[in-house]
Amino acid sequence: MSPFQIIFLIVAGLTLASAGMVVTARRMMHAALWLVLTLLGVAVLFATLEASFFTAVQVVVYIGAIAILIIFAVMLTRLNLQEDEPGVNRFAWLAGLVSLLIFAGLVAVLSLWTGFNTVRPTFAGEDIIALGKAMVSANGYAIPFEVASVLLIGALIGAIYVAGEPRKPASKPESK
Amino acid sequence: MDILVWFIPLPPLLAFFAIVLYSNPRKALSHSIAIGGALLSWLMGMIVFIAAITRPDLRAHPIGSVINWLPVANGWFQIGVRIDPLSAVVLFFVVWTVLGIFLYSVGYQNFGQPAGEHDHPGLPPEGAAIRVRKGLTHHVMSIEPLYSRFFALISLFAFAMLLLVVSDNLLTLYIGWEIMGFCSYALIGFWYGKKSARDAAIKAFLTTRVGDMFLFIGLIALYVQTGSLSYAGSLESSAALAKLAAPAGFLGLTWAGLIGILIFIGVVGKSAQFPLHVWLPDAMEGPTPVSAMIHAATMVSAGVYLAIRIFPLVTLGWQQGAPITAAMTVMAAIGTFTALFAASIAVTQNDIKRVLAYSTISQLGFMIAALGVGAYVAAVFHLMTHAFFKGLLFLGSGSVIHGMEHGAMHAQGDQPAEGHPTGEHVDPQDMFNMGGLKDRMPITFWTFLAGGMALSGLPLVTAGFWSKDEILAGAFNGNHLLIFIVLAISALLTAFYTMRQITLTFLGQPRTEAARHAQENTRTMTIPLIVLAVFAVAAGWVGIPRSFPGLGAISSNPLESFVGTMIPAWLEGHADVAGSSIPLLTSLLVSLLGLYVGYMVYRKVDAGAEDPLRRPLGAWYAWAQNRYGIDALYHTLFVRPAVWLSEVFTYQILDKKIIDGILEGIARGTLGLGSLMRRFIDVALVNRAGDLTGSGVRGLGGEMRKAQTGKVQQYMLLAVLLTVLVGAVLFFILVRA
Amino acid sequence: MIPLSWYLIFAALLFCVGLFGVMARRNAVAVLMSIELMLNAVNVNLLAFWRYLYPDVQAQIFVVIVLAAAAAEAVIGLALIISVYRRRKTVFADDLTLLKG
Repeated sequence: MSPFQIIFLIVAGLTLASAGMVVTARRMMHAALWLVLTLLGVAVLFATLEASFFTAVQVVVYIGAIAILIIFAVMLTRLNLQEDEPGVNRFAWLAGLVSLLIFAGLVAVLSLWTGFNTVRPTFAGEDIIALGKAMVSANGYAIPFEVASVLLIGALIGAIYVAGEPRKPASKPESK
Repeated sequence: MDILVWFIPLPPLLAFFAIVLYSNPRKALSHSIAIGGALLSWLMGMIVFIAAITRPDLRAHPIGSVINWLPVANGWFQIGVRIDPLSAVVLFFVVWTVLGIFLYSVGYQNFGQPAGEHDHPGLPPEGAAIRVRKGLTHHVMSIEPLYSRFFALISLFAFAMLLLVVSDNLLTLYIGWEIMGFCSYALIGFWYGKKSARDAAIKAFLTTRVGDMFLFIGLIALYVQTGSLSYAGSLESSAALAKLAAPAGFLGLTWAGLIGILIFIGVVGKSAQFPLHVWLPDAMEGPTPVSAMIHAATMVSAGVYLAIRIFPLVTLGWQQGAPITAAMTVMAAIGTFTALFAASIAVTQNDIKRVLAYSTISQLGFMIAALGVGAYVAAVFHLMTHAFFKGLLFLGSGSVIHGMEHGAMHAQGDQPAEGHPTGEHVDPQDMFNMGGLKDRMPITFWTFLAGGMALSGLPLVTAGFWSKDEILAGAFNGNHLLIFIVLAISALLTAFYTMRQITLTFLGQPRTEAARHAQENTRTMTIPLIVLAVFAVAAGWVGIPRSFPGLGAISSNPLESFVGTMIPAWLEGHADVAGSSIPLLTSLLVSLLGLYVGYMVYRKVDAGAEDPLRRPLGAWYAWAQNRYGIDALYHTLFVRPAVWLSEVFTYQILDKKIIDGILEGIARGTLGLGSLMRRFIDVALVNRAGDLTGSGVRGLGGEMRKAQTGKVQQYMLLAVLLTVLVGAVLFFILVRA
Repeated sequence: MIPLSWYLIFAALLFCVGLFGVMARRNAVAVLMSIELMLNAVNVNLLAFWRYLYPDVQAQIFVVIVLAAAAAEAVIGLALIISVYRRRKTVFADDLTLLKG
């Protein structure tokens, strides 16, 4: 086993363990923090895949924005007596079974694929400039880029509207 | 002329329908239609008769014609009419007597009298009340309520008899025979309100039915053997006779003999010979014209006519001088026995009509005995003369009864206005209530005397003498001594009881008030009596045999030469044989002796006295008066079991218990089955299934509703689970297979 | 040295853990966290394929879009949860049974 593989295994294991804690932690705060760890682990895996750009984006966007957002939501929806009860519902066993089956199914189907065991080829390296150009060029992927932007704007506006303070009946909505 | 024969039976038939359908309520019109019909038939009959007797060789060329009637196999069954010497003679006396009786009935049924207040249709009329002066009424004879119906029925009867006489085949003869049977039933039971009349009608019909059944079998056998029922085709053609001469394989008889005996049994029924004689005396329940018609002129004569017609059958194989055939023996035996049997009963009877009834049976026995010994012409002769004098006697007795009823009403004098006639209730038919009527009813007396003398065979001046003498001669000349002696004794008894009857009725002193006040009747009743009396005297002169001393020489015996042509060819040689004079002397002796003894015994019978013969004859008298117990025997042997069979066995046991029981059992079973099915199948299964379907679906829905919890995570869980399953299935099918 | 299969198996496992969390967690926010896990697994998968088989800008764009969609969806979801919390005072998925039939 090469050192690379060992590192991979350790990081993967850590990530998975954290993911497991996310889904089983009783206290929401703990779950959120475990989530942060998981996202970090995923970022490291991106690094092992020589996708340096995404490693950075993962940390900045996911951990820096989304995880924070989730922590905010946890804090805003805290109820006092909820922490002593189990975090999973009555059918957790069935959910676990089903997930296991899905995993087994996925692995079974993938293992039949001929390309399952491809070795890592050499590779010219990640070309960020090409990625940037592709994202904004009309011949490239400018339209998906713009659509994604619109999606984000829509999400933004929608979130503000939905999560805003309850309106008083006679007054007009203030935000825009 | 041939076509005219077809029309002879027609007028009375049309009269019947006209009266029944149209003129029933109008009495005068009804009797006019009926008498008109009889008159037309008489006229046509006389025309045909004169044509017949003036035609040379009528036998070979009879008047008549034939038509095709039923298609059978390769040809036609033909019917037709035929007037040959035999049917010409019979036609002659039938049309005369029928016309006379029709005319007589107008007076007998009291046409022109008022209707009685207590008269009921179906019961004899009881008399009407006429107011003489205030508070008092006088009773007179009342008109018959069912007047028109009577004329309708006797018209139908006349039609049937004429049809029988003119037909040329046994089938239409049988048709007429049966119609007469029905008419006699209807007419004997004319006063159907009386139980005795109803019973008598049924007795007559059923007794003759027994005979008719055998007759029909005989006709069938004849048709099968010879292929025809016409006289020419079955009784006279040599081919048919050859077939009939073959043995039938039954009791050693030939077919001719067997058929002859079968048909003869029908004659026994219709002509009231022993043992089927029981209906005729009871048939006196009908009105007297009916008795005259049925029992003198027509119906019983039809029986003898048929017997004469089948003479070729019964004599087939017989030669003059040879022993008579089996069929002839049967006829002779029954005829002779009946003659004596009936005459002996007639001696003891008190009812004036009963005496004549038994007398008829006895005289028919004479005729049949004559046929049995082969005396063809004698039988025909006696048939003709008997029709005239017996018809006369019956009508005369009716006149006497009518006069007695009249006298009974007169004897009561004037009665108070209300209530039924009171006074002596005498049976107007009982001779012991009569007497001295010769002065009260002279025309009736003289005509009755003529008839009675004819019946007794008073020599020379009466027709009966000539015909009876022929019969005795036939028996004697054929060497049938036993038959001769028995017939002679019967003739003696005949003269005796006839004189007894005349003496008791007309001579001496009246024995009751009714007799004292008896009245002579109207012209419509007396004129037919006079006409028939003429025939009773003169009709015999056509048959005076040539062998008779004195008169025989000037007689050409036209009857013999006319009717004698009918005798079958193989019996040729039976001519006016000059036998010994013993039969002649015997007939002279017995008639005169019988008349004398009868007068002597009965001339001094007083009112209320019993019959002078009762004491000397003792037990035999009572037995004979009870008709030798034959009627009671038949009742026990046949009537009671039949009634039991129908009432008890068929009705109560079979019908009510078994058949109704089965039906009710089926009904109950079906109902039970129905309710079982309702309980166990309909309610339990079918209803339950329906209910279960509804509640089942509802329950199922309710159960499946539980999956809709509203919890999204559970929905997702379910979806993923199903995806796994479907994927596994597809994986195993598509990838692994 | 690391075959593709390791990454794929890892991604599948992460995905299934996330799936478990979606179906089993009571708190709605936790459900959203689990969804994030699933999306991350998808990203890992995509980049693994990019590295091993298709070193093309297309795969990278795909990942970018997924990233953006994940962000947008997390935002909306959390906003909804907060809105519901304000009305119903509950944050548990089990209590939200308006769809119950």
